[in-house]
Amino acid sequence: MGVEGIGASVARKEDKRFITGKGRYTDDMIVPGMKHAAFVRSPHAHAKIRGIDKSEALAMPGVIDILDGKQLTADAIGNIICGWMIHSKDGSPMNMGVWRPLAEDTVRYVGDAVAIVVADTKAQAREAAEAVAVDYEELAAVTEAVAALKDGAPQIHPEAANNQIFDWEIGSSADVDAAIANAAHVTELDVVNNRLVPNAIEPRAALGLYNAAEDHYTCWTTSQNPHVARLVMSAFYNVAPENKLRVIAPDVGGGFGSKIYIYPEEIVCLWASKCTGVPVKWNCDRTEAFLTDAHGRDHVSNIKIAFDADHRITGLKVDTIANLGAYMSLFSSSVPTYLYATLLSGQYNIANIHANVRTVYTNTTPVDAYRGAGRPEASFLIERAMETAARELGVSPADLRRKNFIREFPHETPVIMTYDGGNFDAPLDAAMKASDYDGFPARKAEAAGRGKLRGIGMSCYIEACGIAPSQAVGALGAGVGLWESAEVRVNAVGTIEVLTGSHSHGQGHETTFAQLVAERLGVGIDTVNIVHGDTDKVQMGMGTYGSRSGAVGMSAISVALDKVEAKAKKVAAHLLEADESDIVIEGGELKVAGTDKSVPWFQLALACYTAHNLPEGMEPGLKESAFFDPSNFSFPSGCYICEVEVDPDTGKTDIVQFVAADDFGTIINPMIVDGQVHGGVAQGIGQALLEGCVYDPDTGQLLTASYMDYTMPRADDLPSFSVLTTKTESPSNPLGLKGCGEAGAIGSPPAVINAITDAIGNNNVPMPASPQTVWAALKA
Amino acid sequence: MASISLTVNGRQISGEAEDRTLLVEFLRGDLGLTGTHVGCDTSQCGACVVHVDGNAVKSCTMLAAQANGADIKTIEGLAGGGELHPVQKAFHENHGLQCGFCTPGMIMAATDMINRHGASLDEATVRAELEGNICRCTGYHNIVKSILAAAAEMSGTQQAAE
Amino acid sequence: MYETNYHRASSVAEAASLVSGSDDGKLLSGGQTLIPTMKQRLASPSDVVDLRHIAELKGITVSGSNVKIGAGTTHAEVAQSAEINGVCPALCGLAAHIGDPHVRNMGTIGGSIANNDPAADYPAAMVALEATIHTNSRDISAADFFVGLFETALGDNEIVTAVSFDAPSRAAYQKFPNPASRYAMAGVFVARGSSGTRVGVTGAGSDGVFRASDMEAALDANFSAGSLESINVDPSAMLADMHGSAEYRANLVKVMARRAVEAAA
Repeated sequence: MGVEGIGASVARKEDKRFITGKGRYTDDMIVPGMKHAAFVRSPHAHAKIRGIDKSEALAMPGVIDILDGKQLTADAIGNIICGWMIHSKDGSPMNMGVWRPLAEDTVRYVGDAVAIVVADTKAQAREAAEAVAVDYEELAAVTEAVAALKDGAPQIHPEAANNQIFDWEIGSSADVDAAIANAAHVTELDVVNNRLVPNAIEPRAALGLYNAAEDHYTCWTTSQNPHVARLVMSAFYNVAPENKLRVIAPDVGGGFGSKIYIYPEEIVCLWASKCTGVPVKWNCDRTEAFLTDAHGRDHVSNIKIAFDADHRITGLKVDTIANLGAYMSLFSSSVPTYLYATLLSGQYNIANIHANVRTVYTNTTPVDAYRGAGRPEASFLIERAMETAARELGVSPADLRRKNFIREFPHETPVIMTYDGGNFDAPLDAAMKASDYDGFPARKAEAAGRGKLRGIGMSCYIEACGIAPSQAVGALGAGVGLWESAEVRVNAVGTIEVLTGSHSHGQGHETTFAQLVAERLGVGIDTVNIVHGDTDKVQMGMGTYGSRSGAVGMSAISVALDKVEAKAKKVAAHLLEADESDIVIEGGELKVAGTDKSVPWFQLALACYTAHNLPEGMEPGLKESAFFDPSNFSFPSGCYICEVEVDPDTGKTDIVQFVAADDFGTIINPMIVDGQVHGGVAQGIGQALLEGCVYDPDTGQLLTASYMDYTMPRADDLPSFSVLTTKTESPSNPLGLKGCGEAGAIGSPPAVINAITDAIGNNNVPMPASPQTVWAALKA
Repeated sequence: MASISLTVNGRQISGEAEDRTLLVEFLRGDLGLTGTHVGCDTSQCGACVVHVDGNAVKSCTMLAAQANGADIKTIEGLAGGGELHPVQKAFHENHGLQCGFCTPGMIMAATDMINRHGASLDEATVRAELEGNICRCTGYHNIVKSILAAAAEMSGTQQAAE
Repeated sequence: MYETNYHRASSVAEAASLVSGSDDGKLLSGGQTLIPTMKQRLASPSDVVDLRHIAELKGITVSGSNVKIGAGTTHAEVAQSAEINGVCPALCGLAAHIGDPHVRNMGTIGGSIANNDPAADYPAAMVALEATIHTNSRDISAADFFVGLFETALGDNEIVTAVSFDAPSRAAYQKFPNPASRYAMAGVFVARGSSGTRVGVTGAGSDGVFRASDMEAALDANFSAGSLESINVDPSAMLADMHGSAEYRANLVKVMARRAVEAAA
């Protein structure tokens, strides 16, 4: 490892602009003639639109135009798509209803967009939006998935009888039922995985610019994947062909999944720019974000886990109802299926697994991938069940897990995953040591002396990230490939640009990707520039989500670097009159091994571009690209141990210790990886203790629509974390990387709830375990 | 319309704004100082924190007209003479930021906090003092670390100067 | 935010005349409640009259045990006041935990009590300290001042100029914050003075701030946390929302009262 290469905790290159106020986010963009948009949104959870009267609003000061769904349809703007086809167990395709970017005849959740107002100022646009008179005929609404499935529930889409989108299964039901029937012990739990709002601190924004002279569109948007946005807007939404549409995702202030999707607002801003002839900017306020950013989780499940007399797991059965909200968002169908049920084996050797998943429309905000996306829901079920089983069986939670760990790889689970490597004992041992697990009884006694109930809980998670390979996910219903691209451009003076299809919105790619180049070519990271987020600059790419940028995005760079190195070595061998196989790249030079002959990197680059003396037949230049499609997911795993103290008088839980031990394979920048874990754990603790989306079940109004009611984790809600890593390299990519972005959010909720239930001696504590909830559980 | 005249980052600024214009809107829209951010509508996230007459204030919860005559410092004015402020430096060195959106408000809040507490800051105090600043990326771990490092550095510098 | 007209007053008299001369004017002190409310388009005053630059509303005077705090004094100033800390540290502690540091730099005691948010902290202290609320036209006892949720005895265009009280021999404030908003879900100010013990409760009562007279009687008999054990807080008089049921708030009132007594003892 060099001081800036793989494994070095280099301070981030991108920091300077952010710490000096020079970051450039979408809402910071100004273009000449730019006007401002506000959306008219449904105040009702479910209603027919009888008519829209825009006359008063159109006459208001500053108003340029007001466009509605009928006009959008007349201009042939397409429906919002769902990119993953799931078939029910009877073979029928999912029952997908229509989602129009601007609702034309029916609104299905509070916040559903009905019209866009374009005005000189944002304030004028908002005032006019309030003055647009929409004549609604209110319909009955339903917000909970279980209720929506019942006979007589309000029907949300004509395509989905009983609001059921699909009824899907994986694994063999008969085998699991037999295992349960023959079990020495069965642990059963009913579990709700609470609905969350991602809450990236930068609200979404879009700026659409139509250039009539060139018949060309530019869209600045808060996106995790600008190329996918361009593809979808071009191929499905009929905004413009790809060569007439540039999508730029500049600095983006956090995503966590919520900025993957191509929302109505950016489509409508682009379209409105053409209709009005002015650039149109929209930026979301926080309440609008609560109403319209895709939510996460919202599962209701039952789990049964069967053990033999020796405490080995013989079967696991899960039944889940997942709330997908009012419309099917881009990846909504894959989250509670292939990103969820396929992980239900956890870290354990389980011969029989069956999961049944029903997905349901409700009159709520659409639900899609949020940090972890299916895997937190799976790990919460398994790890709550394992801890509960250990208590019921009277054995140590660690021993019960160890007894069932998978120790031989590759391991094929009954839910189609092939775990390609890992060592589950290592993080468990490391976490138990770091948390002084054995010293807990003494700490509990000491806390009792202070009137506090102390508890400890663990969670051994596995997750799958860098979803791949494309051929396999295509066979499972995905509408896209899940490779990544890279181009490495060595300039004539030896500086390097890396064009990547990954997108950084907090992950530090401008540093870590440069570290990879530094490691390979022996140059300083300051000579490397990472270019991303602009479809005009970067070749097609798939973006950043699902902890894929390291395992897939950096691997693409690595493959491109292989090609650059190969060509550079040929040129060096030619220049140095040596054999190509003797050339080594070291310390910014190409050397002939075992001699003092060398050519500096910059001179070699120059030689490639002057092309005065290249090997016979070689093309000039030094620039290579690659598309990398991994052979499998990568499988990070780890063990989290949480220790809490509950105040029995108020029910308030304090996290007094949190240890995370993760196996992420190769780590490029430990400081950045630790930061990813901190953030993920904070969001997981948020889910467990603080956050929860609440709808009024009768009116469908979102009651937690601001930070006054939705509890965001703040600094004094959280402890400092103890974060450590163990290492088994992933065999599925050239760098041995596993993803680290989501692990914290996946592994932590069960650890927290296991700790609280241990502290209070009541195993029934729903999330979020707010003070009131824990107080009620203490009294129950 | 209100005539606004104030000092921003040491420069005298005069302008006109609607009476309802928030200070943050004036800074971002009229002065182009887009380092100050807006992350919520309920005065809770703190992405908009600036210093008004030396005190940390949420610029989304103050009218520009209220700030008439005041001395404002924003994130753009914190570094002096090309040198990063110790708090900026500490956030960089300790990875106290990820997406960067809450960062300007965090740094302005941290600077104010250190001005008031100095070297006596401890972790619990830092966490309590961050009640008005929400970060979704870092879990606060490295923000707390950054602020404690900056407090130590700044008090050390002061001691050396005394 | 809807359009409004901003005025900066330099005296209380000017402020009163500006607000009375407007269609639907509002006084703007620290603005930490009014401006968010206007931003959410839940308030649309025709005019706002800024009180922040009025010298006569500033300042803290402590003479003997008597404390007088100008209405324009910020929470940060009260929190950091050595004079108040000398006679009634509980009030400094209360002020130090209102909102967050940035809110405390702007928000004022006059603004807080005039707004009378049922979850605000100061009203609990005012009733427990039996404070006098001074306005530009009269003096009002705290007991009469706080009328109901967001309601006070203030007349149209009446401006709070100061509050005053006699510092108690012992006092403490304990609050349990709403996990999301951090406003009080139950805040209890216990003050033991020459006329006995007073217990002010905020955040919990369905009619806003109230005095817990049964707790006061029990504490007059025996100023100890234990003497509150037999007190029942009636859930039917409590607020309820998603963060705290009436039963939970009733429990919190008792727990916070006990802790305040322990802190004051």
